[in-house]
Amino acid sequence: MRIRYIKRSRGDFALDIIITLLMLGLIIVTFYPIWYVICASFSSSTAISTNPGKLLWPKNFGLGAYKKALEHPLIISGFRNILIVLAVALPLNIIMTLLCGYFMAAKNVFWKKYIIGYLMFTMFFGGGLIPTYLNQKSLGLYNNLWALIIPGALSIYNAIICKTAIEAVPESLTESAYMDGAGDFTVLFKIITPLIKPTLAVLLLYYGVGHWNSWFNASLYITKNELLPIQNILRAVLIANSNLLNEGAANKDTMDTYAETIKYAAIVISTVPVLCIYPFLQKYFVKGVMIGAVKG
Amino acid sequence: MSKIIAKDFKRNKVKYLMILPVIIYIAIFSYKPMYGIIIAFKNYRPALGMAGSKWVGFEHFVRFFNDYYFWRILRNTASISALSIIFGFPAPVILALLINEIKNRYFKKTVQTISYMPYFISIVIISGLIKTFTQSDGLITDMAAALGGERKNLLASKNWFYPIYIISGIWQSVGWDSIIYLAALAGIDQEQYEAARVDGAGRIRQMLYITLPGLLPTITILFILRMGGILNVGFEKILLLYSSTTYEVADVISTYVYRIGVLDANFSYSTAIGLFNSLVNIVFLLTTNAVSKKINNSGLF
Repeated sequence: MRIRYIKRSRGDFALDIIITLLMLGLIIVTFYPIWYVICASFSSSTAISTNPGKLLWPKNFGLGAYKKALEHPLIISGFRNILIVLAVALPLNIIMTLLCGYFMAAKNVFWKKYIIGYLMFTMFFGGGLIPTYLNQKSLGLYNNLWALIIPGALSIYNAIICKTAIEAVPESLTESAYMDGAGDFTVLFKIITPLIKPTLAVLLLYYGVGHWNSWFNASLYITKNELLPIQNILRAVLIANSNLLNEGAANKDTMDTYAETIKYAAIVISTVPVLCIYPFLQKYFVKGVMIGAVKG
Repeated sequence: MSKIIAKDFKRNKVKYLMILPVIIYIAIFSYKPMYGIIIAFKNYRPALGMAGSKWVGFEHFVRFFNDYYFWRILRNTASISALSIIFGFPAPVILALLINEIKNRYFKKTVQTISYMPYFISIVIISGLIKTFTQSDGLITDMAAALGGERKNLLASKNWFYPIYIISGIWQSVGWDSIIYLAALAGIDQEQYEAARVDGAGRIRQMLYITLPGLLPTITILFILRMGGILNVGFEKILLLYSSTTYEVADVISTYVYRIGVLDANFSYSTAIGLFNSLVNIVFLLTTNAVSKKINNSGLF
Protein backbone atom coordinates (compact mmCIF):
# COMPACT_ATOMS: atom_id res chain seq x y z
CA MET A 1 0.00 0.00 0.00
CA ARG A 2 2.63 2.51 -1.01
CA ILE A 3 1.43 6.03 -1.51
CA ARG A 4 2.88 7.01 -4.84
CA TYR A 5 0.74 9.93 -5.85
CA ILE A 6 2.45 12.47 -3.64
CA LYS A 7 4.53 14.65 -5.90
CA ARG A 8 8.26 14.51 -5.43
CA SER A 9 9.32 17.90 -4.24
CA ARG A 10 12.33 19.76 -5.51
CA GLY A 11 13.99 19.11 -2.17
CA ASP A 12 13.67 15.37 -2.66
CA PHE A 13 15.23 15.65 -6.09
CA ALA A 14 18.19 17.57 -4.70
CA LEU A 15 18.56 14.97 -1.97
CA ASP A 16 18.70 12.19 -4.54
CA ILE A 17 21.44 13.96 -6.43
CA ILE A 18 23.47 14.64 -3.29
CA ILE A 19 23.18 11.03 -2.18
CA THR A 20 24.14 9.69 -5.60
CA LEU A 21 27.19 11.94 -5.71
CA LEU A 22 28.23 10.96 -2.20
CA MET A 23 27.90 7.30 -3.03
CA LEU A 24 29.87 7.69 -6.25
CA GLY A 25 32.55 9.40 -4.19
CA LEU A 26 32.53 6.50 -1.75
CA ILE A 27 32.89 4.00 -4.57
CA ILE A 28 35.87 5.87 -6.02
CA VAL A 29 37.61 6.30 -2.67
CA THR A 30 37.07 2.65 -1.79
CA PHE A 31 37.98 1.18 -5.10
CA TYR A 32 40.87 3.39 -6.17
CA PRO A 33 43.58 1.91 -3.88
CA ILE A 34 42.62 -1.57 -5.07
CA TRP A 35 42.70 -0.43 -8.68
CA TYR A 36 46.09 1.15 -8.07
CA VAL A 37 47.49 -2.16 -6.82
CA ILE A 38 46.22 -3.94 -9.92
CA CYS A 39 47.75 -1.29 -12.21
CA ALA A 40 51.02 -1.35 -10.29
CA SER A 41 51.31 -5.10 -10.59
CA PHE A 42 51.35 -4.76 -14.39
CA SER A 43 53.68 -1.77 -14.44
CA SER A 44 57.43 -1.47 -14.31
CA SER A 45 59.26 -0.86 -11.05
CA THR A 46 60.46 2.57 -12.16
CA ALA A 47 56.92 3.62 -13.07
CA ILE A 48 55.79 2.71 -9.55
CA SER A 49 58.70 4.40 -7.80
CA THR A 50 58.10 7.66 -9.66
CA ASN A 51 54.31 7.59 -9.16
CA PRO A 52 53.73 6.23 -5.66
CA GLY A 53 50.00 5.76 -5.26
CA LYS A 54 49.32 7.53 -8.54
CA LEU A 55 48.45 5.21 -11.40
CA LEU A 56 45.19 5.18 -13.31
CA TRP A 57 46.39 2.67 -15.85
CA PRO A 58 49.39 0.28 -16.02
CA LYS A 59 52.57 2.03 -17.15
CA ASN A 60 55.10 0.08 -19.25
CA PHE A 61 52.77 -2.89 -19.22
CA GLY A 62 54.31 -6.27 -18.50
CA LEU A 63 53.50 -9.61 -16.91
CA GLY A 64 57.06 -10.15 -15.67
CA ALA A 65 56.18 -9.44 -12.04
CA TYR A 66 53.65 -12.27 -11.93
CA LYS A 67 56.11 -14.64 -13.51
CA LYS A 68 58.78 -13.65 -11.00
CA ALA A 69 56.36 -13.78 -8.08
CA LEU A 70 55.14 -17.25 -8.95
CA GLU A 71 58.73 -18.47 -9.27
CA HIS A 72 59.95 -17.01 -6.03
CA PRO A 73 60.62 -19.65 -3.36
CA LEU A 74 59.36 -17.56 -0.43
CA ILE A 75 56.17 -16.50 -2.20
CA ILE A 76 55.54 -20.09 -3.22
CA SER A 77 56.19 -21.37 0.29
CA GLY A 78 54.07 -18.53 1.71
CA PHE A 79 51.09 -19.61 -0.36
CA ARG A 80 51.76 -23.27 0.28
CA ASN A 81 51.88 -22.72 4.05
CA ILE A 82 48.63 -20.76 4.21
CA LEU A 83 46.91 -23.33 1.98
CA ILE A 84 48.02 -26.14 4.29
CA VAL A 85 46.73 -24.16 7.26
CA LEU A 86 43.37 -23.64 5.54
CA ALA A 87 43.08 -27.26 4.46
CA VAL A 88 43.52 -28.50 8.02
CA ALA A 89 41.99 -25.64 9.98
CA LEU A 90 38.73 -25.13 8.09
CA PRO A 91 37.31 -28.64 8.57
CA LEU A 92 38.39 -28.46 12.21
CA ASN A 93 36.73 -25.05 12.57
CA ILE A 94 33.47 -26.23 11.09
CA ILE A 95 33.31 -29.43 13.15
CA MET A 96 34.08 -27.63 16.41
CA THR A 97 31.59 -24.87 15.59
CA LEU A 98 28.85 -27.38 14.74
CA LEU A 99 29.43 -29.36 17.93
CA CYS A 100 29.43 -26.23 20.05
CA GLY A 101 26.43 -24.70 18.27
CA TYR A 102 24.45 -27.94 18.51
CA PHE A 103 25.04 -28.18 22.22
CA MET A 104 24.16 -24.52 22.77
CA ALA A 105 20.90 -25.02 20.86
CA ALA A 106 19.97 -28.25 22.68
CA LYS A 107 16.93 -28.26 24.95
CA ASN A 108 16.49 -29.79 28.39
CA VAL A 109 20.16 -30.19 29.14
CA PHE A 110 20.86 -29.69 32.81
CA TRP A 111 24.43 -28.33 32.67
CA LYS A 112 23.87 -26.27 29.54
CA LYS A 113 23.66 -22.83 31.08
CA TYR A 114 26.78 -23.38 33.16
CA ILE A 115 28.72 -24.66 30.19
CA ILE A 116 27.56 -21.75 28.04
CA GLY A 117 28.61 -19.39 30.81
CA TYR A 118 32.01 -21.08 30.93
CA LEU A 119 32.38 -20.64 27.15
CA MET A 120 31.06 -17.09 26.91
CA PHE A 121 33.16 -15.76 29.75
CA THR A 122 36.17 -16.13 27.45
CA MET A 123 34.61 -13.60 25.06
CA PHE A 124 35.06 -10.85 27.63
CA PHE A 125 38.18 -11.85 29.47
CA GLY A 126 41.35 -13.62 28.49
CA GLY A 127 44.85 -14.30 29.62
CA GLY A 128 46.34 -11.56 27.53
CA LEU A 129 49.25 -11.56 25.15
CA ILE A 130 52.08 -12.90 27.28
CA PRO A 131 50.34 -15.74 29.18
CA THR A 132 48.86 -16.87 25.86
CA TYR A 133 52.27 -16.74 24.24
CA LEU A 134 53.92 -18.70 27.05
CA ASN A 135 51.08 -21.24 27.01
CA GLN A 136 51.45 -21.86 23.32
CA LYS A 137 55.18 -22.20 23.52
CA SER A 138 54.89 -24.67 26.39
CA LEU A 139 52.52 -26.78 24.28
CA GLY A 140 55.11 -27.01 21.52
CA LEU A 141 53.07 -24.88 19.16
CA TYR A 142 56.16 -23.08 18.01
CA ASN A 143 57.88 -23.08 14.64
CA ASN A 144 55.37 -25.41 13.08
CA LEU A 145 52.13 -24.83 11.20
CA TRP A 146 50.06 -26.31 14.06
CA ALA A 147 50.81 -23.05 15.85
CA LEU A 148 48.55 -21.34 13.31
CA ILE A 149 45.88 -24.04 13.22
CA ILE A 150 45.07 -25.22 16.74
CA PRO A 151 44.78 -21.94 18.67
CA GLY A 152 42.18 -20.63 16.22
CA ALA A 153 40.16 -23.85 16.09
CA LEU A 154 36.97 -22.33 17.50
CA SER A 155 35.44 -18.89 17.80
CA ILE A 156 32.65 -18.77 20.38
CA TYR A 157 31.18 -15.84 18.49
CA ASN A 158 30.83 -17.99 15.38
CA ALA A 159 29.42 -20.83 17.47
CA ILE A 160 26.65 -18.49 18.62
CA ILE A 161 25.86 -17.68 14.98
CA CYS A 162 25.73 -21.43 14.30
CA LYS A 163 23.53 -22.01 17.34
CA THR A 164 20.98 -19.48 16.12
CA ALA A 165 20.87 -21.15 12.70
CA ILE A 166 20.35 -24.55 14.31
CA GLU A 167 17.52 -23.16 16.46
CA ALA A 168 15.78 -22.06 13.28
CA VAL A 169 15.63 -25.64 11.98
CA PRO A 170 12.02 -26.86 12.41
CA GLU A 171 11.79 -29.03 15.49
CA SER A 172 9.48 -31.49 13.73
CA LEU A 173 12.37 -32.56 11.51
CA THR A 174 14.78 -33.33 14.32
CA GLU A 175 12.03 -34.81 16.50
CA SER A 176 10.96 -37.32 13.87
CA ALA A 177 14.60 -38.30 13.36
CA TYR A 178 14.96 -38.97 17.09
CA MET A 179 11.76 -41.02 16.93
CA ASP A 180 13.26 -43.10 14.15
CA GLY A 181 16.13 -43.87 16.45
CA ALA A 182 18.71 -41.44 15.09
CA GLY A 183 21.38 -40.35 17.55
CA ASP A 184 22.69 -36.82 18.09
CA PHE A 185 25.56 -37.25 15.65
CA THR A 186 23.21 -38.41 12.88
CA VAL A 187 20.79 -35.57 13.54
CA LEU A 188 23.58 -32.99 13.57
CA PHE A 189 25.52 -34.14 10.53
CA LYS A 190 22.79 -35.73 8.38
CA ILE A 191 19.80 -33.51 9.07
CA ILE A 192 20.87 -30.16 10.51
CA THR A 193 24.10 -29.61 8.59
CA PRO A 194 22.51 -29.75 5.11
CA LEU A 195 19.78 -27.36 6.25
CA ILE A 196 22.12 -24.67 7.55
CA LYS A 197 24.50 -24.69 4.58
CA PRO A 198 24.16 -20.92 3.93
CA THR A 199 25.22 -20.13 7.50
CA LEU A 200 28.08 -22.61 7.28
CA ALA A 201 29.22 -20.97 4.06
CA VAL A 202 29.39 -17.61 5.79
CA LEU A 203 31.21 -19.15 8.76
CA LEU A 204 33.68 -20.76 6.37
CA LEU A 205 34.25 -17.33 4.86
CA TYR A 206 34.78 -15.73 8.29
CA TYR A 207 37.19 -18.43 9.43
CA GLY A 208 38.89 -18.59 6.04
CA VAL A 209 39.43 -14.84 5.75
CA GLY A 210 40.59 -14.80 9.37
CA HIS A 211 43.30 -17.38 8.71
CA TRP A 212 44.19 -15.97 5.31
CA ASN A 213 44.69 -12.40 6.55
CA SER A 214 46.30 -13.06 9.89
CA TRP A 215 49.97 -12.35 10.37
CA PHE A 216 50.46 -11.54 14.04
CA ASN A 217 50.43 -15.08 15.38
CA ALA A 218 52.85 -16.23 12.73
CA SER A 219 55.15 -13.35 13.65
CA LEU A 220 55.08 -14.57 17.27
CA TYR A 221 55.31 -18.31 16.80
CA ILE A 222 57.21 -18.83 13.57
CA THR A 223 60.79 -17.79 13.10
CA LYS A 224 61.74 -19.84 10.07
CA ASN A 225 61.20 -17.98 6.80
CA GLU A 226 60.18 -21.09 4.90
CA LEU A 227 57.30 -21.69 7.33
CA LEU A 228 55.88 -18.17 7.17
CA PRO A 229 52.48 -17.68 5.52
CA ILE A 230 52.12 -15.22 2.66
CA GLN A 231 50.92 -12.28 4.80
CA ASN A 232 54.16 -12.36 6.78
CA ILE A 233 56.20 -12.40 3.59
CA LEU A 234 54.18 -9.40 2.39
CA ARG A 235 54.70 -7.71 5.72
CA ALA A 236 58.46 -8.13 5.44
CA VAL A 237 58.60 -6.53 2.00
CA LEU A 238 55.82 -3.94 2.36
CA ILE A 239 56.29 -2.72 5.90
CA ALA A 240 59.78 -3.58 7.04
CA ASN A 241 61.29 -2.87 3.60
CA SER A 242 63.32 -6.01 4.01
CA ASN A 243 65.00 -7.47 0.99
CA LEU A 244 63.72 -10.90 1.94
CA LEU A 245 62.55 -11.50 -1.60
CA ASN A 246 65.95 -10.68 -3.09
CA GLU A 247 67.85 -13.01 -0.80
CA GLY A 248 66.38 -16.19 -2.13
CA ALA A 249 66.53 -15.13 -5.77
CA ALA A 250 68.89 -16.85 -8.15
CA ASN A 251 69.58 -13.83 -10.30
CA LYS A 252 69.89 -10.66 -8.27
CA ASP A 253 69.87 -8.20 -11.19
CA THR A 254 66.54 -9.30 -12.58
CA MET A 255 65.12 -9.26 -9.05
CA ASP A 256 66.04 -5.61 -8.65
CA THR A 257 64.11 -4.61 -11.77
CA TYR A 258 61.06 -6.29 -10.32
CA ALA A 259 61.66 -5.36 -6.69
CA GLU A 260 58.74 -2.92 -6.55
CA THR A 261 56.28 -4.48 -8.90
CA ILE A 262 56.63 -8.02 -7.55
CA LYS A 263 55.14 -6.80 -4.24
CA TYR A 264 52.01 -5.70 -6.03
CA ALA A 265 51.75 -8.90 -8.00
CA ALA A 266 51.93 -10.80 -4.71
CA ILE A 267 49.22 -8.55 -3.22
CA VAL A 268 46.94 -9.19 -6.19
CA ILE A 269 47.46 -12.95 -6.05
CA SER A 270 46.83 -12.99 -2.31
CA THR A 271 43.76 -10.76 -2.34
CA VAL A 272 41.84 -11.61 -5.50
CA PRO A 273 40.59 -15.03 -4.31
CA VAL A 274 38.92 -13.50 -1.26
CA LEU A 275 37.49 -10.57 -3.21
CA CYS A 276 35.99 -12.98 -5.75
CA ILE A 277 34.24 -15.10 -3.13
CA TYR A 278 32.60 -12.66 -0.74
CA PRO A 279 30.08 -11.02 -3.13
CA PHE A 280 28.40 -14.40 -3.58
CA LEU A 281 27.85 -14.78 0.15
CA GLN A 282 26.88 -11.17 0.67
CA LYS A 283 23.18 -11.78 1.16
CA TYR A 284 23.90 -14.02 4.14
CA PHE A 285 26.14 -11.52 5.94
CA VAL A 286 23.23 -9.71 7.52
CA LYS A 287 22.14 -12.77 9.47
CA GLY A 288 25.56 -13.52 10.83
CA VAL A 289 26.41 -10.01 11.88
CA MET A 290 22.99 -9.39 13.38
CA ILE A 291 22.98 -12.37 15.73
CA GLY A 292 26.54 -11.90 16.78
CA ALA A 293 26.02 -8.33 17.86
CA VAL A 294 22.67 -8.78 19.55
CA LYS A 295 23.65 -11.77 21.61
CA GLY A 296 27.18 -10.46 21.99
CA MET B 1 18.73 -33.54 42.90
CA SER B 2 21.27 -36.25 42.25
CA LYS B 3 18.49 -38.20 40.58
CA ILE B 4 17.87 -35.35 38.16
CA ILE B 5 21.57 -35.13 37.37
CA ALA B 6 21.84 -38.86 36.81
CA LYS B 7 18.77 -38.89 34.59
CA ASP B 8 19.98 -35.86 32.67
CA PHE B 9 23.35 -37.46 32.13
CA LYS B 10 21.79 -40.67 30.91
CA ARG B 11 19.54 -38.86 28.47
CA ASN B 12 22.09 -36.34 27.20
CA LYS B 13 25.36 -38.23 27.39
CA VAL B 14 25.98 -37.98 23.65
CA LYS B 15 25.44 -34.23 23.81
CA TYR B 16 27.93 -33.96 26.66
CA LEU B 17 30.33 -36.09 24.66
CA MET B 18 29.95 -33.66 21.77
CA ILE B 19 30.73 -30.59 23.85
CA LEU B 20 33.65 -32.28 25.62
CA PRO B 21 36.27 -31.46 22.96
CA VAL B 22 35.11 -27.82 23.05
CA ILE B 23 35.34 -27.71 26.85
CA ILE B 24 38.84 -29.18 26.79
CA TYR B 25 39.92 -26.88 23.98
CA ILE B 26 38.67 -23.79 25.83
CA ALA B 27 40.31 -25.00 29.04
CA ILE B 28 43.68 -25.34 27.36
CA PHE B 29 43.62 -22.27 25.15
CA SER B 30 41.55 -19.79 27.19
CA TYR B 31 41.56 -20.77 30.85
CA LYS B 32 45.13 -21.99 31.11
CA PRO B 33 46.42 -18.61 29.90
CA MET B 34 44.13 -17.00 32.50
CA TYR B 35 45.88 -19.06 35.14
CA GLY B 36 49.09 -17.73 33.62
CA ILE B 37 48.07 -14.26 34.77
CA ILE B 38 49.51 -15.18 38.20
CA ILE B 39 52.94 -14.34 36.83
CA ALA B 40 51.83 -10.70 37.03
CA PHE B 41 52.21 -11.14 40.79
CA LYS B 42 55.43 -13.11 40.59
CA ASN B 43 58.95 -12.74 39.31
CA TYR B 44 58.59 -15.25 36.54
CA ARG B 45 61.71 -17.15 35.59
CA PRO B 46 61.16 -19.69 32.81
CA ALA B 47 63.61 -22.04 34.50
CA LEU B 48 61.54 -22.08 37.73
CA GLY B 49 58.19 -22.38 35.98
CA MET B 50 55.00 -20.48 36.76
CA ALA B 51 54.35 -22.25 40.04
CA GLY B 52 57.94 -22.16 41.23
CA SER B 53 58.65 -18.48 40.62
CA LYS B 54 58.70 -16.14 43.59
CA TRP B 55 55.64 -14.09 44.61
CA VAL B 56 56.19 -10.35 44.60
CA GLY B 57 52.65 -9.06 45.20
CA PHE B 58 51.79 -5.83 43.46
CA GLU B 59 55.36 -4.85 42.74
CA HIS B 60 54.89 -4.91 38.95
CA PHE B 61 51.75 -2.79 39.16
CA VAL B 62 53.46 -0.21 41.34
CA ARG B 63 56.33 -0.18 38.89
CA PHE B 64 53.88 0.33 36.00
CA PHE B 65 52.15 3.27 37.67
CA ASN B 66 55.56 4.85 38.16
CA ASP B 67 56.76 3.91 34.69
CA TYR B 68 58.18 6.84 32.75
CA TYR B 69 55.89 5.90 29.87
CA PHE B 70 52.76 5.21 31.96
CA TRP B 71 51.02 8.49 31.19
CA ARG B 72 52.15 8.48 27.59
CA ILE B 73 50.71 5.09 26.71
CA LEU B 74 47.56 5.70 28.75
CA ARG B 75 47.01 9.07 27.05
CA ASN B 76 47.67 7.63 23.59
CA THR B 77 45.39 4.66 24.15
CA ALA B 78 42.59 6.89 25.42
CA SER B 79 43.09 9.43 22.60
CA ILE B 80 43.11 6.87 19.81
CA SER B 81 40.15 5.08 21.29
CA ALA B 82 38.13 8.25 21.86
CA LEU B 83 38.88 9.53 18.36
CA SER B 84 37.93 6.16 16.87
CA ILE B 85 34.62 6.26 18.70
CA ILE B 86 33.85 9.91 17.95
CA PHE B 87 34.57 9.63 14.24
CA GLY B 88 34.32 5.94 13.60
CA PHE B 89 31.14 5.09 15.47
CA PRO B 90 28.71 7.42 13.67
CA ALA B 91 30.19 6.73 10.21
CA PRO B 92 28.41 3.40 9.55
CA VAL B 93 25.13 4.82 10.91
CA ILE B 94 25.35 7.69 8.43
CA LEU B 95 26.32 5.34 5.60
CA ALA B 96 23.36 3.07 6.37
CA LEU B 97 21.00 6.06 6.37
CA LEU B 98 22.37 7.15 2.99
CA ILE B 99 22.26 3.67 1.46
CA ASN B 100 18.70 3.36 2.70
CA GLU B 101 17.78 6.44 0.66
CA ILE B 102 19.13 5.06 -2.63
CA LYS B 103 16.19 4.34 -4.90
CA ASN B 104 17.81 2.28 -7.63
CA ARG B 105 18.13 -1.32 -6.50
CA TYR B 106 21.19 -2.14 -8.59
CA PHE B 107 23.06 0.99 -7.60
CA LYS B 108 22.26 0.20 -3.97
CA LYS B 109 23.62 -3.32 -4.29
CA THR B 110 26.77 -2.08 -6.05
CA VAL B 111 27.46 0.50 -3.36
CA GLN B 112 27.06 -2.15 -0.67
CA THR B 113 29.27 -4.73 -2.38
CA ILE B 114 32.06 -2.25 -2.97
CA SER B 115 31.83 -0.78 0.51
CA TYR B 116 32.37 -4.25 2.06
CA MET B 117 35.47 -4.88 -0.04
CA PRO B 118 38.16 -3.26 2.16
CA TYR B 119 37.03 -5.38 5.10
CA PHE B 120 38.37 -8.45 3.29
CA ILE B 121 41.78 -6.99 2.57
CA SER B 122 44.45 -7.86 5.09
CA ILE B 123 45.71 -5.25 7.50
CA VAL B 124 49.26 -5.92 6.27
CA ILE B 125 48.31 -4.91 2.73
CA ILE B 126 46.32 -1.91 3.89
CA SER B 127 49.23 -0.73 6.01
CA GLY B 128 51.57 -1.23 3.09
CA LEU B 129 49.31 0.90 0.91
CA ILE B 130 49.05 3.57 3.59
CA LYS B 131 52.83 3.68 3.66
CA THR B 132 53.03 4.11 -0.11
CA PHE B 133 50.28 6.71 -0.30
CA THR B 134 51.72 8.85 2.49
CA GLN B 135 55.40 8.76 1.59
CA SER B 136 56.88 12.16 0.75
CA ASP B 137 55.80 11.94 -2.91
CA GLY B 138 52.72 9.78 -2.39
CA LEU B 139 49.18 10.55 -3.50
CA ILE B 140 47.86 11.62 -0.10
CA THR B 141 50.94 13.73 0.56
CA ASP B 142 50.29 15.44 -2.79
CA MET B 143 46.75 16.24 -1.72
CA ALA B 144 47.90 17.52 1.66
CA ALA B 145 50.53 19.65 -0.06
CA ALA B 146 47.94 21.05 -2.47
CA LEU B 147 45.91 22.13 0.55
CA GLY B 148 48.92 23.94 1.93
CA GLY B 149 50.47 21.20 4.00
CA GLU B 150 54.14 20.47 4.25
CA ARG B 151 55.63 17.88 1.89
CA LYS B 152 57.13 15.14 4.00
CA ASN B 153 56.67 11.54 4.98
CA LEU B 154 53.31 11.85 6.72
CA LEU B 155 53.55 8.59 8.59
CA ALA B 156 56.65 9.80 10.39
CA SER B 157 54.86 12.95 11.51
CA LYS B 158 53.28 13.15 14.96
CA ASN B 159 50.47 15.37 13.73
CA TRP B 160 49.46 13.03 10.98
CA PHE B 161 49.42 9.72 12.76
CA TYR B 162 45.94 10.00 14.25
CA PRO B 163 44.18 11.26 11.11
CA ILE B 164 45.83 8.53 9.04
CA TYR B 165 44.97 5.86 11.57
CA ILE B 166 41.36 6.94 12.08
CA ILE B 167 40.50 7.67 8.45
CA SER B 168 42.02 4.44 7.16
CA GLY B 169 40.10 2.60 9.87
CA ILE B 170 36.83 4.14 8.72
CA TRP B 171 37.77 3.41 5.11
CA GLN B 172 38.23 -0.24 5.94
CA SER B 173 35.24 -0.95 8.12
CA VAL B 174 32.48 1.58 7.43
CA GLY B 175 30.78 -0.62 4.85
CA TRP B 176 30.98 -3.77 6.89
CA ASP B 177 29.81 -2.05 10.06
CA SER B 178 26.82 -0.59 8.23
CA ILE B 179 25.43 -4.09 7.53
CA ILE B 180 23.92 -4.42 10.96
CA TYR B 181 22.22 -1.03 10.74
CA LEU B 182 20.84 -1.88 7.31
CA ALA B 183 19.44 -5.06 8.79
CA ALA B 184 17.83 -3.10 11.61
CA LEU B 185 16.37 -0.66 9.06
CA ALA B 186 14.50 -3.50 7.41
CA GLY B 187 12.66 -4.04 10.68
CA ILE B 188 11.18 -0.53 10.88
CA ASP B 189 7.44 -0.42 10.39
CA GLN B 190 6.73 0.98 6.91
CA GLU B 191 3.40 2.43 8.01
CA GLN B 192 5.22 5.02 10.07
CA TYR B 193 6.74 6.41 6.89
CA GLU B 194 3.37 6.55 5.19
CA ALA B 195 1.84 8.36 8.14
CA ALA B 196 4.72 10.82 8.12
CA ARG B 197 4.29 11.42 4.39
CA VAL B 198 0.62 12.08 4.82
CA ASP B 199 1.52 14.58 7.51
CA GLY B 200 3.81 16.26 5.00
CA ALA B 201 7.19 15.26 6.42
CA GLY B 202 10.00 15.34 3.85
CA ARG B 203 12.61 12.65 3.53
CA ILE B 204 15.13 14.38 5.75
CA ARG B 205 12.53 14.64 8.49
CA GLN B 206 11.54 11.01 8.05
CA MET B 207 15.19 10.10 8.36
CA LEU B 208 15.60 12.07 11.57
CA TYR B 209 12.30 11.23 13.25
CA ILE B 210 11.60 7.66 12.10
CA THR B 211 14.70 5.97 10.76
CA LEU B 212 17.17 7.21 13.36
CA PRO B 213 14.96 6.40 16.39
CA GLY B 214 14.30 3.01 14.82
CA LEU B 215 18.04 2.38 14.86
CA LEU B 216 18.51 3.49 18.44
CA PRO B 217 18.34 0.05 20.14
CA THR B 218 20.95 -1.31 17.75
CA ILE B 219 23.11 1.77 18.22
CA THR B 220 22.92 1.34 22.01
CA ILE B 221 24.00 -2.28 21.99
CA LEU B 222 26.88 -1.65 19.64
CA PHE B 223 27.92 1.35 21.68
CA ILE B 224 28.10 -0.72 24.87
CA LEU B 225 30.18 -3.34 23.10
CA ARG B 226 32.42 -0.64 21.71
CA MET B 227 32.91 0.89 25.14
CA GLY B 228 33.83 -2.52 26.50
CA GLY B 229 36.74 -2.57 24.13
CA ILE B 230 37.76 1.00 24.85
CA LEU B 231 41.35 0.13 25.62
CA ASN B 232 41.55 -2.42 22.80
CA VAL B 233 42.76 -0.21 20.03
CA GLY B 234 43.56 -1.74 16.65
CA PHE B 235 46.84 -2.95 17.96
CA GLU B 236 47.98 -4.81 14.83
CA LYS B 237 47.65 -1.77 12.62
CA ILE B 238 49.56 0.41 15.06
CA LEU B 239 52.28 -2.21 15.21
CA LEU B 240 52.53 -2.10 11.44
CA LEU B 241 52.37 1.68 11.09
CA TYR B 242 54.26 3.18 14.01
CA SER B 243 57.99 3.77 14.31
CA SER B 244 60.26 5.15 16.99
CA THR B 245 59.70 8.66 15.59
CA THR B 246 55.97 8.40 16.34
CA TYR B 247 56.06 6.49 19.66
CA GLU B 248 55.27 9.78 21.37
CA VAL B 249 51.71 9.71 19.98
CA ALA B 250 51.31 6.15 18.70
CA ASP B 251 52.61 3.90 21.43
CA VAL B 252 49.60 2.37 23.21
CA ILE B 253 49.25 -0.08 26.10
CA SER B 254 49.08 -3.16 23.88
CA THR B 255 52.07 -2.20 21.72
CA TYR B 256 54.02 -1.46 24.90
CA VAL B 257 53.06 -4.87 26.29
CA TYR B 258 54.26 -6.41 23.04
CA ARG B 259 57.63 -4.66 23.12
CA ILE B 260 58.25 -5.26 26.82
CA GLY B 261 56.95 -8.82 26.79
CA VAL B 262 57.76 -10.36 23.45
CA LEU B 263 60.78 -8.37 22.34
CA ASP B 264 62.42 -7.75 25.74
CA ALA B 265 61.12 -11.02 27.31
CA ASN B 266 60.04 -9.13 30.42
CA PHE B 267 57.15 -11.53 31.00
CA SER B 268 55.87 -10.68 34.46
CA TYR B 269 55.91 -6.94 34.00
CA SER B 270 54.10 -7.04 30.65
CA THR B 271 51.51 -9.48 32.00
CA ALA B 272 50.76 -7.02 34.79
CA ILE B 273 50.25 -4.23 32.24
CA GLY B 274 48.02 -6.47 30.15
CA LEU B 275 45.91 -7.35 33.19
CA PHE B 276 45.49 -3.68 34.03
CA ASN B 277 44.26 -3.17 30.46
CA SER B 278 41.70 -6.00 30.66
CA LEU B 279 40.37 -4.81 34.01
CA VAL B 280 39.86 -1.26 32.77
CA ASN B 281 37.97 -2.69 29.78
CA ILE B 282 35.65 -4.68 32.01
CA VAL B 283 34.98 -1.65 34.19
CA PHE B 284 34.04 0.36 31.10
CA LEU B 285 31.81 -2.41 29.78
CA LEU B 286 29.92 -2.76 33.05
CA THR B 287 29.61 1.02 33.52
CA THR B 288 28.25 1.63 30.02
CA ASN B 289 25.87 -1.27 30.46
CA ALA B 290 24.60 0.09 33.78
CA VAL B 291 24.22 3.63 32.39
CA SER B 292 22.38 2.32 29.35
CA LYS B 293 20.02 0.30 31.53
CA LYS B 294 19.22 3.42 33.57
CA ILE B 295 18.68 5.66 30.55
CA ASN B 296 16.78 3.50 28.09
CA ASN B 297 16.07 0.30 29.94
CA SER B 298 18.07 -1.84 27.58
CA GLY B 299 21.45 -3.28 28.18
CA LEU B 300 23.54 -6.24 27.24
CA PHE B 301 23.06 -8.15 30.44
